[in-house]
Amino acid sequence: MNKIVSLFCGIIFGIGLVISEMINPVKVLGFLNLFGEWDPSLAFVMIGALIISTPLFHLFKNKEKPLFSLNFSIPKNKEIDKKLIIGSVFFGTGWGLIGLCPGPAITSIALLNVSSAIFVVSMFIGFYIASKTN
Amino acid sequence: MNIINFTPLSALTGGLLIGLSVILFFILNGRMVGISGIASDFLISKDNRIDNLLFLIGLILGPSIYTFFSGQEIEISISNSLFLLIGGGVLVGFGTRLSSGCTSGHGISGISRFSLRSIIATITFMIVGILTVLVTNIL
Repeated sequence: MNKIVSLFCGIIFGIGLVISEMINPVKVLGFLNLFGEWDPSLAFVMIGALIISTPLFHLFKNKEKPLFSLNFSIPKNKEIDKKLIIGSVFFGTGWGLIGLCPGPAITSIALLNVSSAIFVVSMFIGFYIASKTN
Repeated sequence: MNIINFTPLSALTGGLLIGLSVILFFILNGRMVGISGIASDFLISKDNRIDNLLFLIGLILGPSIYTFFSGQEIEISISNSLFLLIGGGVLVGFGTRLSSGCTSGHGISGISRFSLRSIIATITFMIVGILTVLVTNIL
């Protein structure tokens, strides 16, 4: 059952990225262009997601276990360290250059866009380098 | 600052769906969604590999299902050079793994949990993204 949930959640997430147009780097770069011609849409995507996920997370986090799995897996790391900051700076730079983050990048594979495919392959190379250096 | 191309309704609607995906994945499968984590774990870890693959396949099916039901074609525009696409991709991949999260993992899942780590990460990548666009526009 949890396999069907994984596929279903991926589909819902992907459709959310399409409807919100976050799959289009132009919309994301428009949001990051705060000091030019600004498109606030991305902030509304975050608000829409958070008003669902925040209250429901806190409602369910103390339940004994999830419906289709043995236990909840919630990140435990609380450390504010160099890795967190440097990693976020690297990510913010790449995000600001192209306007793609991992979700929209992978979803855009469906559109058979050569540029986004090159980006996704490079991103996976980045994942691999990080796994070998950490 | 001028506001242009603002689409609050579709942004909010898409956001609600993303929030629904995050919370269903948590309540039903017990995991917090973070696309960079799901994608890189699929690449490097045997744990939950099938689940991670199915989530990624779901993401890629999303646009086709949307087009099937709405009849609307999806258009995106990317005009960067090959060098920038590769550099940007590696920076996003390496950076999100070093900081253990991206826009979804830190920005949505982490903030939902009120994680200070995720709040700091989100503020950092947003500020750096804004500065990068500012510099790109000047150059």
